[in-house]
Amino acid sequence: METLKNKARELLAAKTVQVVIGYGRGSGGSSRAMFIRDPRQADDLVFDGACLQNLAVYLMKPEVRKLGKAALVAIPSTLRTILQLAAENQVGDHDLLALAVNAAGAVVPLATLNAIETHVAALDNNLSAAEKEELQKYESMGLDQRRQFWEEQFSRCLKCYACRAACPLCYCSRCTVECNQPQWIPVPAHDLGNLEWNIMRAMHLAGRCVNCGDCSRACPVGIPIYLLNQKLIGEVFANFNFRSGMAAKTDNVMSTFKPNDLEDFIR
Amino acid sequence: METENKSIRRDALEKLFSQWLAAGKRILAPKKIADKTDFAWIRTLDEVNLDQVQTVQSPKTAIFPRVEELFSFKSSDGLVQIRDRDAAALGEIVVFGLRPCDAAAFAALKAIFTWDCPDRLFSARLEKMTVIGVACARADEYCFCTSLGGDPGATAGSDILLTDMENGQFLAEIVSERGRQAVQTASGLFAPAATREKESHLAKVEPGFNAKAIAPVLASLFDDAAFWEEQSRRCVGCGACAYVCPTCACFDIQDEGGSSGKRLRCWDSCGFQLFTLHTSGHNPRPLQSQRWRQRLMHKFAYMPERQQVLGCVGCGRCSRACPVDMNILEHLRAIAEAKP
Repeated sequence: METLKNKARELLAAKTVQVVIGYGRGSGGSSRAMFIRDPRQADDLVFDGACLQNLAVYLMKPEVRKLGKAALVAIPSTLRTILQLAAENQVGDHDLLALAVNAAGAVVPLATLNAIETHVAALDNNLSAAEKEELQKYESMGLDQRRQFWEEQFSRCLKCYACRAACPLCYCSRCTVECNQPQWIPVPAHDLGNLEWNIMRAMHLAGRCVNCGDCSRACPVGIPIYLLNQKLIGEVFANFNFRSGMAAKTDNVMSTFKPNDLEDFIR
Repeated sequence: METENKSIRRDALEKLFSQWLAAGKRILAPKKIADKTDFAWIRTLDEVNLDQVQTVQSPKTAIFPRVEELFSFKSSDGLVQIRDRDAAALGEIVVFGLRPCDAAAFAALKAIFTWDCPDRLFSARLEKMTVIGVACARADEYCFCTSLGGDPGATAGSDILLTDMENGQFLAEIVSERGRQAVQTASGLFAPAATREKESHLAKVEPGFNAKAIAPVLASLFDDAAFWEEQSRRCVGCGACAYVCPTCACFDIQDEGGSSGKRLRCWDSCGFQLFTLHTSGHNPRPLQSQRWRQRLMHKFAYMPERQQVLGCVGCGRCSRACPVDMNILEHLRAIAEAKP
């Protein structure tokens, strides 16, 4: 913890960065994002198991971008997000400094996309054992059972779009759901509107989602949206041998055309 | 009317529910769903969970549903026929197990929906709603009803307020004529109250700030962009706070269908960028900090000024639901302490 605080102080004092985006103490023992511009505030930084939010979401927020170059306290999914954002031309090399914290608690500053790639490659980026078990349980359901499962889950969706707002890869300045000429997705939070919204969201993240889990943690009514994302991560890997968030320069699986595509309909 | 005190056994509630259902009423009550508790349409007492401090969503859906048909339309031979939603066909509802803060929140919703032009469907639903509150035995760090004139045992807004006396009995305070009718219909289930001392069974919520101090400070802070940016920097601009709020009343209108279809009213939130986007492309509130300011201004300055009612009851739901821990109590304290 002290090393992280010291690093933040040092970076701000030397004006290497203008802001350190890290975790501070939140309500009820939780953690929350904090934006440190004064080295003296670095004392309030915390880092523990409660620090789960993917802070890369703030890289796309205008009010944060205008603060200047940022150092970002980065858990593994945050690092994968940075690489994916780079692959989508949203983050450039040297745009930010990632502060990874390794298993021993030491701070590893990663100043280039290349350094982030090397660091990420050495991590275990697979689903956890518990995640795998839950996904297998989901996949063992029959089609009818799965439909019933999602109908029940989506019946509770409020369309508050917390999943979208919390997702660092949902950065479109105007989302498809907000286009009404033509209207692609019904706006009301009724059965059809909720089904189409959640499926569209999952499909738009196929081959892009890095499984940070923030969409599901953000959902006020507790819909396990991560199951859709994790299912698609598996499908993309099985079909295209591709894993998002591993490389800063790569084509996006679902939006890249190749003349030698296996499918006839696309050629 | 003067409050009448009665008592009802916990196990008699089951009979009460059966009677309501037999009379064609629907019951909205807190129900455990996975690891959360939320309002749901229930049929038995077993489904009801009264142990939670607060539900995820408010019971506002009883009178302001998240999607509601206003009218249907049909166009043929150049003529458009419009059929209003039949308000008389709306059924009676019992909202059971809501907290005193939620019961108080109906007054804020009513102030908005009956302000200049009384809303037909809202008013009809309100007429057909019976409110059976349950006082708070527990509170958490997000609760702040007492800062806004409420308290864990307040009866305002309830037709009957129940307090768990922790001996298998509820004290039942009959507050309104509708409450008295509900008791009369349920003959034999309510008995005279042995005691009306309920304080020892109520949660303690310490006042966190002076609500009266808020409005003048807010007015002076309107143009302080740095203040609002500082408060809202971590806000990601979703609508969770507005959608779980018992008093947020903003809505969007959507038409569905082609030559025939429906006009729907859907919840909306001032936190969304699109909320104030004009057709011209101009957006008077382009920044999240301005939208956060609007949220607080509307509740603590505009509503008291225009409708003589606060737009917040201190239920703390927005803080609990916020994905990035925007704790409204903390922000209000900071405003109350700022110099006007």
